[in-house]
Amino acid sequence: METGTAQPARPEESGAEPVWTGLPRGLLRMRRLLLVVWLVPIAAAVGVLLWIFAGPGWSAFAALPLAVVAWGWPMLGRNWRSWRYAERADDLLISRGVLWREETIVPYGRMQLVEVTSGPVERHFGLASVQLHTAAAATDARIPGLIPEEAERLRDRLTELGEARSAGL
Amino acid sequence: MSGVREAAGEEHAPGTETVRERRLHPVTPLRRAWAPVAVVVGFAVHDPNGTQRRLSELAVTHLLAGVAVVLLGGAFYGFMSWWFTHFAVTGTELRIRTGLIFRRTAHIRLDRLQAVDVTQPLAARIAGVAKLKLDVVGAEKKDELAYLGQEEASALRAELLARAAGFAPETAHEVGEAPVSNLVHVQPRMLAISLVLTGTTWGMLVATLVVPPLLWFATHNLWTVLATGLPMLGGAFASSIGRFIGEYDWKVGESPDGLRIDHGLLDKAHETVPPGRVQTVRVVEPWLWRRRGWVRVELDVAGSSNGVLVPVAPREVAEAVIARILPGVRVPAPAELIRPPARAAWCLPVWWKGYGLAVTDTVFAARHGLLRRRLSLVPHAKVQSVRLTQGPWERFKGVADVEVDTGANKTVTARFRPAGEAAELLSAQAERSRTSRRTARPDRWMA
Repeated sequence: METGTAQPARPEESGAEPVWTGLPRGLLRMRRLLLVVWLVPIAAAVGVLLWIFAGPGWSAFAALPLAVVAWGWPMLGRNWRSWRYAERADDLLISRGVLWREETIVPYGRMQLVEVTSGPVERHFGLASVQLHTAAAATDARIPGLIPEEAERLRDRLTELGEARSAGL
Repeated sequence: MSGVREAAGEEHAPGTETVRERRLHPVTPLRRAWAPVAVVVGFAVHDPNGTQRRLSELAVTHLLAGVAVVLLGGAFYGFMSWWFTHFAVTGTELRIRTGLIFRRTAHIRLDRLQAVDVTQPLAARIAGVAKLKLDVVGAEKKDELAYLGQEEASALRAELLARAAGFAPETAHEVGEAPVSNLVHVQPRMLAISLVLTGTTWGMLVATLVVPPLLWFATHNLWTVLATGLPMLGGAFASSIGRFIGEYDWKVGESPDGLRIDHGLLDKAHETVPPGRVQTVRVVEPWLWRRRGWVRVELDVAGSSNGVLVPVAPREVAEAVIARILPGVRVPAPAELIRPPARAAWCLPVWWKGYGLAVTDTVFAARHGLLRRRLSLVPHAKVQSVRLTQGPWERFKGVADVEVDTGANKTVTARFRPAGEAAELLSAQAERSRTSRRTARPDRWMA
């Protein structure tokens, strides 16, 4: 009950207080747009097809995708707010999730590879994601949807710190 | 330093002296000679009636000619693949050059070597040859040198380990086998008793005895019964007699090269794990062994498939071995492990009692399992990343899980810690693994 109620905004870190950074608003916009772009045409198609082939009453099923949109809209917002990261002197903190909360600490010295990726849609919204790989494949340290300058700054800083503190396996 | 000396050495004696390419043992072509035969046999088994008809139609001369072609083809293929396989040991690498049509060159960095195994399948033992297998992180395909002469294999292993350890390149091949001091020798009697006391052995046997007759009553179809019964019989065999044969005469020794594990009744295996390569050690305690105080010790090495350190040993002996391979580590006693709070029972009834956690100044030790208890030890220096996870129900109950990832792609989880303690544990663990890494041994442990 103590850790993280619905607003995981206040970390209870002992010692040096990490400086948390959230994700840019563009990511939320992109995700919401994708949600609408996919589900509204589906709703229209379902409605029209059912109207034609099964009768007007059946076309009420088109409300289902619309309900998903109505439910997903605030959910995406909550999820987006829950993502944040902090660079500390020796490690990177990533915290995320609303219902299933997850907080990952990756020491810089353990980084094997830092990857910046950006798909066509992400590029259109001016976003890029940063993924860190350690020798453990289970390490899931990904920061989605940063602005490219921030992603590149983070990548350069992480590799620089990783080299300075390199520890390998 | 050694790099400079090495470069000087190469200048001094260019080409052949420094990088001497070698071939595998001449027996090697036979290793693949059975492949065409297996193809023919497989084809025959696949369609027995057709094969018989075709065989009776064939004249004896045709048959002989066919056999000759298959044998010659196999021999030629085997010979060519042997002829085109070379390997060489340089100051820092093992180079393997192979392939007749598709050429492949592998350069294996010796300071990244995770384990070296010399194995001898039964046929190889008869022929007096051995296989050398090298484990490196990240390679999904194991690089192996098969086959080498017995002495050559152990000499090469000694040389590779000496070079990996950072001995001067000029003296590396004269260092020879490092002396071994024996730590554990598992007696066959103890191994047999331990297998009798293992639940899976009996489960497989009972299933093999019960399921096929039931299927027979249900279907009256011989093929169905055979198709399910034979794999089950194989499984039962593998988990009882097969394991006994594989783990027979198990010896664990310690040498400056690292940990030596020798075992096998028919197929002999000699594994070597250099110091500082062990990522996780697991102490497994099946329910039926608990009264006798026996445990099984498993280990994880990055990029290696070797999983067992000691198949069965009394707890004190096992703990002594663990103390040798992870210097300074003491296995926490069962009483030292802190159980989850009682409210965790709402998250996972009954089984929550099996969980436990102890953090010493050297290891993160988490236990799970109610009947078959497994205690995983991760040295702080081997932690790659730390993670805290908490599901909705766990949050409601105020507990959280702390996960620790190691380089062997294993995750050790301490489940159901009180939320506040888990958050503290998370940051403390990150701090501990960072500071203890500074004092860790170098990759080249003799340098």
